[in-house]
Amino acid sequence: MSAPAAPLLTVEHLTMRFGGLLAIDDVSFTAARGGITALIGPNGAGKTTVFNCITGFYKPTSGRLTLSRGGAASPADIDALTASSRRSRKTAAGAVYLLERMPDHEIAAHAKVARTFQNIRLFPGMTVLENLIVAQHNELMLASGLTVLGLLGLRRYRDAEAAAVARAQFWLDKIALTARADDAAGALPYGDQRRLEIARAMCSGPDLLCLDEPAAGLNPRESSDLKALLKSIRSDHGTSILLIEHDMSVVMEISDHVVVLEYGRKISDGPPERVRNDPKVIAAYLGVEDEEVAKVEAEIAR
Amino acid sequence: MAAAATEPRSLPANPLARGLKEGLGAALLAFGLAVPILALRTEQNISNQLVLQPRWHYVGFAVLAAFLGRLLFVLATSAAAPRRPKAAAPAAFPAGAARALSILGLLLLLLYPVLALAIAGRAGAVKWIDNFGVQILIYIMLGWGLNIVVGLAGLLDLGYVAFYAVGAYSTALLAQNFGLSFWLCLPLAGILAAFWGILLGFPVLRLRGDYLAIVTLAFGEIIRLVLINWVPVTNGYAGISGIPRPTFFGLPFNASDSGFAAFFGIEFSPLHRIIFLFYVILALALITNWVTLRLRRLPIGRAWEALREDEIACRALGINTTNTKLTAFAMGAGFGGFAGSFFAARQGFISPESFTFMESAVVLAIAVLGGMGSQIGVAIAAAVMIGGTEILRELEWLKQIFGSAFDPAQYRMLLFGLAMVLVMVWKPRGLVSFRRPSIFLREARPVRADMVKEGSG
Amino acid sequence: MEYLLQQIINGVTLGSIYGLIAIGYTMVFGIIGMVNFAHGDVFMLSTFIALIFLLLLTQVLGLGSLAIALFIVLILAMLLTSLWAWAIERLAYRPLRGSFRLAPLISAIGMSIFLSNLVQVTQGPRNKPVPSILGEVITLSEREGYSVTLSYRQILIVVVTGVLLLAFWYIVQKTSLGRAQRACEQDRRMAALLGVDVDRTISLTFVIGAALAAVAGLLFMIYYGVVNFNDGFVPGVKAFTAAVLGGIGSLPGAVLGGLLIGLIETLWSAYFSIDYKDVATFSILAVTLVFLPSGLLGKPEVEKV
Repeated sequence: MSAPAAPLLTVEHLTMRFGGLLAIDDVSFTAARGGITALIGPNGAGKTTVFNCITGFYKPTSGRLTLSRGGAASPADIDALTASSRRSRKTAAGAVYLLERMPDHEIAAHAKVARTFQNIRLFPGMTVLENLIVAQHNELMLASGLTVLGLLGLRRYRDAEAAAVARAQFWLDKIALTARADDAAGALPYGDQRRLEIARAMCSGPDLLCLDEPAAGLNPRESSDLKALLKSIRSDHGTSILLIEHDMSVVMEISDHVVVLEYGRKISDGPPERVRNDPKVIAAYLGVEDEEVAKVEAEIAR
Repeated sequence: MAAAATEPRSLPANPLARGLKEGLGAALLAFGLAVPILALRTEQNISNQLVLQPRWHYVGFAVLAAFLGRLLFVLATSAAAPRRPKAAAPAAFPAGAARALSILGLLLLLLYPVLALAIAGRAGAVKWIDNFGVQILIYIMLGWGLNIVVGLAGLLDLGYVAFYAVGAYSTALLAQNFGLSFWLCLPLAGILAAFWGILLGFPVLRLRGDYLAIVTLAFGEIIRLVLINWVPVTNGYAGISGIPRPTFFGLPFNASDSGFAAFFGIEFSPLHRIIFLFYVILALALITNWVTLRLRRLPIGRAWEALREDEIACRALGINTTNTKLTAFAMGAGFGGFAGSFFAARQGFISPESFTFMESAVVLAIAVLGGMGSQIGVAIAAAVMIGGTEILRELEWLKQIFGSAFDPAQYRMLLFGLAMVLVMVWKPRGLVSFRRPSIFLREARPVRADMVKEGSG
Repeated sequence: MEYLLQQIINGVTLGSIYGLIAIGYTMVFGIIGMVNFAHGDVFMLSTFIALIFLLLLTQVLGLGSLAIALFIVLILAMLLTSLWAWAIERLAYRPLRGSFRLAPLISAIGMSIFLSNLVQVTQGPRNKPVPSILGEVITLSEREGYSVTLSYRQILIVVVTGVLLLAFWYIVQKTSLGRAQRACEQDRRMAALLGVDVDRTISLTFVIGAALAAVAGLLFMIYYGVVNFNDGFVPGVKAFTAAVLGGIGSLPGAVLGGLLIGLIETLWSAYFSIDYKDVATFSILAVTLVFLPSGLLGKPEVEKV
């Protein structure tokens, strides 16, 4: 089940420097197609920075972020794209994108990467339903003939809007918020806002869903609902997930693959079981000195 | 929140005693503020020297007004205090009532010239239709246009008058240099203004909040200064005159044989043109309103509002915020351009003086006082603020109290400024403080204003 | 060369005045993040207060010594302008603190309209020519019929500005008020929890800004020899431009920006076109905000995602 099959996203030698601060130092990992990849690490390890690079909010100092939609892109395609100055290239299976060359909104619109934020970013003054409709902006914009046809009230746009509402309703049912569809998103309780943000991201029909601490601040019941939701997103909708999470119960239970960062470097990478027992990871979380890690490693080796 | 908590701490039992005490404080403050600027007036004497003329009674008025104002305020608020727990959720405004209200308002507007004629007679109606009707409608239209930029997209624009000016000057110049009629100039002026909206919008895309406001202010001033100094084209301070008036399907409003009156076989009257202009601006304003309401329900309008709510989330959802902002600038500017074109044709004469920063401030005040994003709120604010200051011109009887040197019209902008402050302190979110959703599943519940963001851009 | 030197002298004089006004903008923006739109009109008000008291002292009370008269006028103008600024903050801004961002801005614009019209109504719309003060000049050099001069006025302006800036610098750096101010700039809520009287600190910020604007007002009146109710807006915008150019929130930046704007305006008028000198300032404002939003000495702002 684990990674090597066909990576959806390949991160190679990602480095991000803010002035004199090296936030991410040569990190490489992959996110498998149809899998859940977790990105963990102590506070300040650079996890959110990795997210911001993938979703285009930051331009990486160096490194290559390849996303292949539809199916694995051949190395030849990727090399050809890298050599060119273009952002994307059609492949036999679909298309391949170099995310580091794309602005944020194009990554969302074309490479189909959706994300949520650590400090929830809903449209608080718009209703729950409106939030989910805005997520389908680009499709609706086309259907409205870039506004002109919609302004005339043509059938094509009305049909498209009805379809958008239906999709929104599907996700509302899925996160059990249908009853609150017409309330302001900002008026929802915290846990509902978290779920709504995920539903909003899903309404944009992503191939890769990046979740920044989706379980933060949730109670145990909400947390287990979340796990079920994420599993269903992966298996029923074919959306791959990349998540940052501190709640180890969530990480260990649902993820297929775990990447551990510390001080901007990758210190471990593998299936949850292996990572859990990696002495470097234990040391990173418990704050043990390097020599002790060496000692523990030696003991394990023996 | 902190201010509200400190208020009711220790109210003396007797509101009158408290009122008197606070009134005295206010009077003292008013005295301190008034003495340096009100008590002595600088005047030039015959030999062009400045001399001081004492006018201590002005200080007396100010002190008395402050004392009575504060006293009455304290009495009024303490009378209302027991019924404190207000701030309940806004009752879901029944959609039927809102519709009935807007139909009634529309009917009233359509019949307004007739009513004015019936009540004020032929001579009096000119003032009511032109000074009040047309004037207020121009500001309603400008308010609605700016509302797209500020209220919906949350982009603070302090230079809106620039687009009004572009509309007016393009109409004047196109008419003068190419002999185009008003009806041809009007759409061209709108398009040119929208084009300028995009042009000026481009450099400021990255800016947020007050910075954006200041840069737009700078652009507005630059355009005005260019209009003043580029004399060969704009004729500078002297302005452009002889701008053709709108015709009724080619029939001019004059006393000639081919004029409107002659064609319909009625007696010529200057009122015809004024009434016609009223309906033209009414139609333009209604088109602005209709388009805006329509756009709010389209993806572009929702993207504007989403932009106001959270720009970063917009980008994460694949919305091209650059285009979204530019379309908002272009739409708002375009409507400003239409209004400017109408203004030029109505006046027949324009000069840079009509396009000062003050105009931008007035239009922005109308948009914000109306309640962000609310169409009806903007209309009410324009009617109250413009109508209210216009009405000061009518208060001739005050001269009998304060002497013939007293001209109430002088106080128009003074009171306008004061009203801006008072309305903001009283209702920071504007008159209509809830937002109507653009789409709903079961019922359209109004969204409380404190949820709605006002944009960071 | 002489011409240039003369322009630089004039530019520095003008720049000192802009710098004094700019401090009011930059301090208020630093502490409550608001563009105090009425500040330019507070400055204009102070020019009238200075004019009225100068006339009162010299004409009505017949005070002989100009130096003493100017000193009394300076103190009175600072006090009374500060009272106005205090009242404005208390009545028009404080109730809106923590409210929606646009509300204080609209309130400030309303206040600006109110002030300029108040002065127009009470003092009349005409220009007020001020009796010439300290018009004597020192000729620094004279060559080929062109002389470089330095007037007593210009010396007064630069010296007063320098002295007051030092005093002000001392207040902000060394006193508990200055500490409270910087604490409120960083985190108002935390400052309040630690016992800083936030309301008082903000009030005092407005008061200090207005006092410096009043100094600028007196100097402006002496320098130009004419005051008008309309003189709030354009000098206000220029001083704001100075604050932005120097980096808003930065006090040395405000002074530096003021000097630069004064120099640019003078040199532009001297070498290019006096008609477009305001266009030059407004363009600098726009260009700075677009390309260098943190100004010359300000701290850059990073977008948080």
